Amino acid sequence: MSGDRPRSRGSPPRPAQGPSSPRRRGSSRPEGHPSSAGEPVAAPAGPSAANDAVRTQEDAISTPPSPETPAEPAVELRGITKRFPGVVANRDIALSVRHGDVHAIVGENGAGKSTLMKILYGMQRPDEGEILVNGSPVAFRSPADAIAAGIGMVHQHFMLADNLTVLENIILGSEPRAGGVGIDFRAARRKIKEISDAYGLGVRPDVMVEDLGVGARQRVEILKVLYRGARILILDEPTAVLVPQEVDELFDNLRGLVREGLTIIFISHKLDEVLSVADAITVIRRGTTVASVKPGDVTARQLAELMVGSELPSPETRESTVTGEVALAVRGLTVRGADGRAVVEDVSFQIHKGEVLGVAGVEGNGQAELVEAIMGMRPSDGVVTLGDADVSAWPTLRRREGGIGYIPEDRHRHGLLLEAPLWENRILGHQTRRPNVRGPWIDRAGARADTQRIVDAYDVRTPGIDVDAAALSGGNQQKLIVGREMSGDPVVLVASHPTRGVDVGAQAAIWDHLRAARAAGLAVLLISADLDELIGLSDSLKVILRGRMVADVDPRSVTPERLGSAMTGAGDDTPVRRGGAAPSATGARDDAGPSPDQHGAAGSRAGEEA
Amino acid sequence: MSSTFADRLLGRVRLGGLLALAAPLLAIVFAALVTSIVLVLTGSPPLGTLALLVDYGSQPRTIVMIVNLATTYYISALAVAIGFRMNLFNIGVDGQYRLAALIAAAVGGALVLPAPLHILVIVLVAVAVGGLWASLAGLLKVTRGVSEVISTIMLNAIATGFGAWLLTTDRLAVAVSGSNNIGTKPIPPSGQFPGFSLVPGTQAKVFGFVVIAVVLGVAYHVLFNRTRFGFDMRATGQSEAAAVASGVNVKKMVLVSMILSGAVAGLVGMPQLLGASYSYSLDFPTGLGFTGIAIALLGRNNPVGIAIGALLWSFLDNSSDILDLEGIPKEIVIIMQGTIVLSVIIAYELVHRYRLAAEQRRVSRELSTAAPAPEGAGV
Repeated sequence: MSGDRPRSRGSPPRPAQGPSSPRRRGSSRPEGHPSSAGEPVAAPAGPSAANDAVRTQEDAISTPPSPETPAEPAVELRGITKRFPGVVANRDIALSVRHGDVHAIVGENGAGKSTLMKILYGMQRPDEGEILVNGSPVAFRSPADAIAAGIGMVHQHFMLADNLTVLENIILGSEPRAGGVGIDFRAARRKIKEISDAYGLGVRPDVMVEDLGVGARQRVEILKVLYRGARILILDEPTAVLVPQEVDELFDNLRGLVREGLTIIFISHKLDEVLSVADAITVIRRGTTVASVKPGDVTARQLAELMVGSELPSPETRESTVTGEVALAVRGLTVRGADGRAVVEDVSFQIHKGEVLGVAGVEGNGQAELVEAIMGMRPSDGVVTLGDADVSAWPTLRRREGGIGYIPEDRHRHGLLLEAPLWENRILGHQTRRPNVRGPWIDRAGARADTQRIVDAYDVRTPGIDVDAAALSGGNQQKLIVGREMSGDPVVLVASHPTRGVDVGAQAAIWDHLRAARAAGLAVLLISADLDELIGLSDSLKVILRGRMVADVDPRSVTPERLGSAMTGAGDDTPVRRGGAAPSATGARDDAGPSPDQHGAAGSRAGEEA
Repeated sequence: MSSTFADRLLGRVRLGGLLALAAPLLAIVFAALVTSIVLVLTGSPPLGTLALLVDYGSQPRTIVMIVNLATTYYISALAVAIGFRMNLFNIGVDGQYRLAALIAAAVGGALVLPAPLHILVIVLVAVAVGGLWASLAGLLKVTRGVSEVISTIMLNAIATGFGAWLLTTDRLAVAVSGSNNIGTKPIPPSGQFPGFSLVPGTQAKVFGFVVIAVVLGVAYHVLFNRTRFGFDMRATGQSEAAAVASGVNVKKMVLVSMILSGAVAGLVGMPQLLGASYSYSLDFPTGLGFTGIAIALLGRNNPVGIAIGALLWSFLDNSSDILDLEGIPKEIVIIMQGTIVLSVIIAYELVHRYRLAAEQRRVSRELSTAAPAPEGAGV
């Protein structure tokens, strides 16, 4: 960690002019903009790149922190930076949460929300910056310190013992004593009743947790935190596990809590929910806070743009390399989740040689399942053809041997053996092919030589091919994966978020490699949450929403805002309570892409409910 | 950041260079310290006790016994280690080798064949029985998701009961002449594995099976480090998700490695059966499978490390006999063995953490001096 290059806070980092990273359009990236990357936008210091971008589209956004804030904020973070080896997870975070607010923190997966919350809850310590609770600086060494300071956390995954009663779960670890050793159940029950009644949680202390539904369990979790005296609640993606009715109930509960003077920090990437419940919103992108906005002043679309970055890539003359030859065809692909519900439904598309097909969508709309089905990692119905061959029944290995390269979404989970040297990682996924193996034997010399080739050709910054993959930064790990998947002359490349969490230099390099391969006839299925990347790289674009391809978009004419609104679909199963979301949905209907019917349908449903 | 404690515990994470030596040295120093304290507390001189052990352990007869027992331990630890490399905890080596030895002994006693063939048949029967018995746990895991820890422990109990049922005079056993013991019909000389008189000054012979153990160790190394199959196994052990994405059929790998582990476990009883007792009787050694777990941990799944661990364990077991004669409780040796395993685990964990941090510092230092590049955000 100490080896990380120091960066003075607030100074505008000018990224990506690395000597050896070829960049053709990287400078047009939002991250390339000095102020959006380095300056906390929430500070009253002035406008930022991200907000500039929003203003150019609609002048309605106010960014300065609320002037009417009476007392000192309940929680204030100043210049929080947290580095992990090789990457910066949080950089110059500035956050100010007013007393009695529901303050939402939104950002894409991997933007650094969780790290930030772990810092606030004492699970990790920041490398730089300070935390102020109720105006006084604190330094948490453990969650116990955070709890003592009145901060409680409700985790996304419940931490309850099923075979204990609600009461037992709540007092577990902080049991009231009745003289000496006995537990004072009566006092505990009384206190739980008091809290439950005061905040309208409706928790019954004597039922078994295993008999409770998900929403009730969540209320138990909240009560557990309140029982320990928390006045500031952190809720980590609380709606991820809830059905819409339960979401409504939760939001009612949250309003009850803030009415009683509690402060809630609400982490989410579901924009319609955030707009309906939050009093203030802070947006995190690529590890830093890029904007603080009021829900009444923004639309879901604008929020989405703040989350993913909205500056258009510099227009470039692109010669289409699309050929008439179909490399990968998917027909009627349906993937069912564990509960039998279709997470990918009746998806069909074709990718030609030399074509990049982009799939845009808010995360969790079936992209991951679609990719895993194409790779044969997940059972599915429907037909997948690779060239002329029907590969629907092929196992993953055979598909890979048949020429499908795969850049997985989560490189640490699916792409690498972190504790193995680079040259062994070169073999991964290619363990039946030369130059890695000869018959049943591993060809060490061949694999090592080819790893060195990848390291050189793809500018993987590493002291050697014998270091473990874990020692490399995210960008260099990703370049190694890209290089590996490009070797062996793939016919099709399935690229899931190929530049997520990598620095801008590596990002530009990866883009260049993808373009070069496309020119050489590679067919690419590109899944990304980065609109610039999608628009800049794709020859054709599809929008996925709730497992269905709902729109075809022409990347040459679409703007990020149109794409963003098509992606969000403005949630037709969650009632929208505030004005913010509705205009975006209707707006989306007005300026929808080339497939207005399907897209407009989603938009109008949301509009009606609003 | 990445590897779990279990990964490091089971040696799936390597240490390189001098650090690979630092860990065992640290462990030995620590174990010696703890054992000395225990000895002092029980009123025995630490150095004197050690001298006694070394003195007795270096006598020719004891050396042969140490090597012979270590051979058995080594095979047992290899069987466990095969599972460990795949993240499988084969606790059932004990049941696998006992059942395999019993049935192989019965087959060997019943057959009349020329010498090399006779041995081969006995060994193959043992391998097959061990593999089959372990495959039950593997099948349960891949088809029903039953943890192999639970199923192998239960299969141990079943093997014990099944063995006791088989080893009666109505079935496979005959009375051992001159005692009230019963055992399988003795294997004729054609099925006995000849030993070597390696150590001068004693009549005792080193098990011929020590050669097989060495071959197994080499094969283990080659399998894991040089073959595609071994790579797939290691990849699955390190990250199942990554293995799936790279096209490894994890279920098949689980089943195959469980069978492989059981097949090697089937050989655990062979040195004793073919080299000394020639019959599976009621006093056939038990518990070797559990010792194998400790030694596999001690040797960190490395074939050379396991050999050292097996010899050390066997040395302590064999030379402890002298302690009782000198009035020192021989159980002190069990304390030593436990301390050694624990301190090895702790030492490797400490060294691992140091190494990981050091390597990350080194990489970022080398890179920042070589090519100052911008840092990325987000994880």
